Amino acid sequence: MNTQTPNERRRFFLSIARGIGLSAMGALVWSAYVGEVKAAPLVLRPPGALNENEFIKNCIKCGLCVEACPYDTLNLAKPGDNLPIGTPFFTPRTIPCYMCSDVPCVPVCPSGALSEPSVSNYVKSHAQLDINKARMGLAVIDHESCIATWGIQCDACYRACPLMGQAITIEFSKNERTGKHAFLIPIVHADVCTGCGMCEHACVTQKAAIYVLPRALAMGEVGNHYIKGWDPKDEQRLDTVKKNVPHEFTKTKLSEKSALDSLNDESGL
Amino acid sequence: MRHYKYLLMRRFSQIAILVLYIGANAWGWKILRGDLSASLLMGKIPLADPYAVVQIVVTGATLGMDIILGALIVTLFYGVIGGRAFCSWVCPINMITDTAGWLRRKLKFSEVQKRFYMSRSLRYWILGLSLILSAVMGVAVFELISPVSMAHRGAIFGMGMGGGALVVIFLFDLLVHENGWCGYICPLGASYALISKFSLIRVHHNANKCNDCRDCITVCPEKEVLHMINKSSESVLMGECTNCGRCVDVCKEDALGFSIRSQLKQPKDEE
Repeated sequence: MNTQTPNERRRFFLSIARGIGLSAMGALVWSAYVGEVKAAPLVLRPPGALNENEFIKNCIKCGLCVEACPYDTLNLAKPGDNLPIGTPFFTPRTIPCYMCSDVPCVPVCPSGALSEPSVSNYVKSHAQLDINKARMGLAVIDHESCIATWGIQCDACYRACPLMGQAITIEFSKNERTGKHAFLIPIVHADVCTGCGMCEHACVTQKAAIYVLPRALAMGEVGNHYIKGWDPKDEQRLDTVKKNVPHEFTKTKLSEKSALDSLNDESGL
Repeated sequence: MRHYKYLLMRRFSQIAILVLYIGANAWGWKILRGDLSASLLMGKIPLADPYAVVQIVVTGATLGMDIILGALIVTLFYGVIGGRAFCSWVCPINMITDTAGWLRRKLKFSEVQKRFYMSRSLRYWILGLSLILSAVMGVAVFELISPVSMAHRGAIFGMGMGGGALVVIFLFDLLVHENGWCGYICPLGASYALISKFSLIRVHHNANKCNDCRDCITVCPEKEVLHMINKSSESVLMGECTNCGRCVDVCKEDALGFSIRSQLKQPKDEE
């Protein structure tokens, strides 16, 4: 037997509708705020961090990595920092990552936001932590404010780099202004640079001329439609494409007319 | 002193837990590391906030085993034993809202002010909404605004502007609505209320001793759970009860006390 009167039923549906209405209002404000704090691309994460999108999904904001860091490099974002609240980050100009060989910050992460495999080498399926595999960011040089490009001898970043001679090398060139000196220009190699920021910390200019940016921001991307034909390894990519993608070879016939003929042909005009 | 027994025990528990966490970051203690979102007990046992973990799961993230295990341990502890004790024995916000509630009673605001209507089910709507938004936005959305974790993280790792959130909650509870945050809005408390639906430790009411002074209802932050007062002898079975024990403290007739849950109901004897 149905004991509900029509009015009770209406009241029930209306209260659900009111809840949905209020929720939609709340969702509007809430999602606007979340969208705003999520869009903070200028943030450097601890070693082994997943890419930024995955990282802020996984990170539970427990601070275990911060507590594990012996140099107080890592901080949790506070309200007012304009970063996703509670997530770990570091500011190399203040305290860089000192690249501990035992990487204490990564294995303590309970959520997998800092991934151990990404900073490990596998020797006979035996994992060994290797901080040099970390890719926290990429050092970028502003040549305008780097005094080495003025001809002043400075190799502070080169010497501060824990992978000296690999992540940063010095390139010599002649100083035409004086005629007898050399420029000692630092060059960063993106395939080696870990983004630890020791160069940024060591830079002698007022505002660092070499600084770490998140890799996604600092790097371009060629895309896979260019292949280095002179590199046999890169050339192999073509084979996989041939195997996996249905294709047909086309060959453009060379014109039999001479180039001059085609240039002087006015019939199409 | 007897009338403050559970209140003092709770304050001790809340402060001790907070100090252990602070000590882990400041002086390298190894007892309880991390914060209330996820922590490591004695360097071995993982603990995690089940609500935060559910929010992360709905974003589609692949989570580490540690954190899933941690959330299970916490869920089992409160779900089987403790009830919604997190809110009154662990959460640092409880000290702020309790103070606001106490001040509100002392200043008799509730007697003067016209009641600002909010539904107790508001928190469950917020809980549901947070899960939908987490899935859509690809990030645990309540964790980005939670004053509970802001307060707790702030105490351990540095407060920043987070202090503002605490002032807002204090003023809201004091000026807008009695127990407004913990009893109506907080989805974290709502998640623990759901988890602890069937937990064992419960307040039990003996209606035959009750003299209907209603002191228990005055101090209770979740007044609905005490619907049986002076009517029937039974356990407080609603998950919303935080096991704070304040009703047990204030009852002069010994009509309330902690015991193991029982489904029995006995109407009050007619005198």
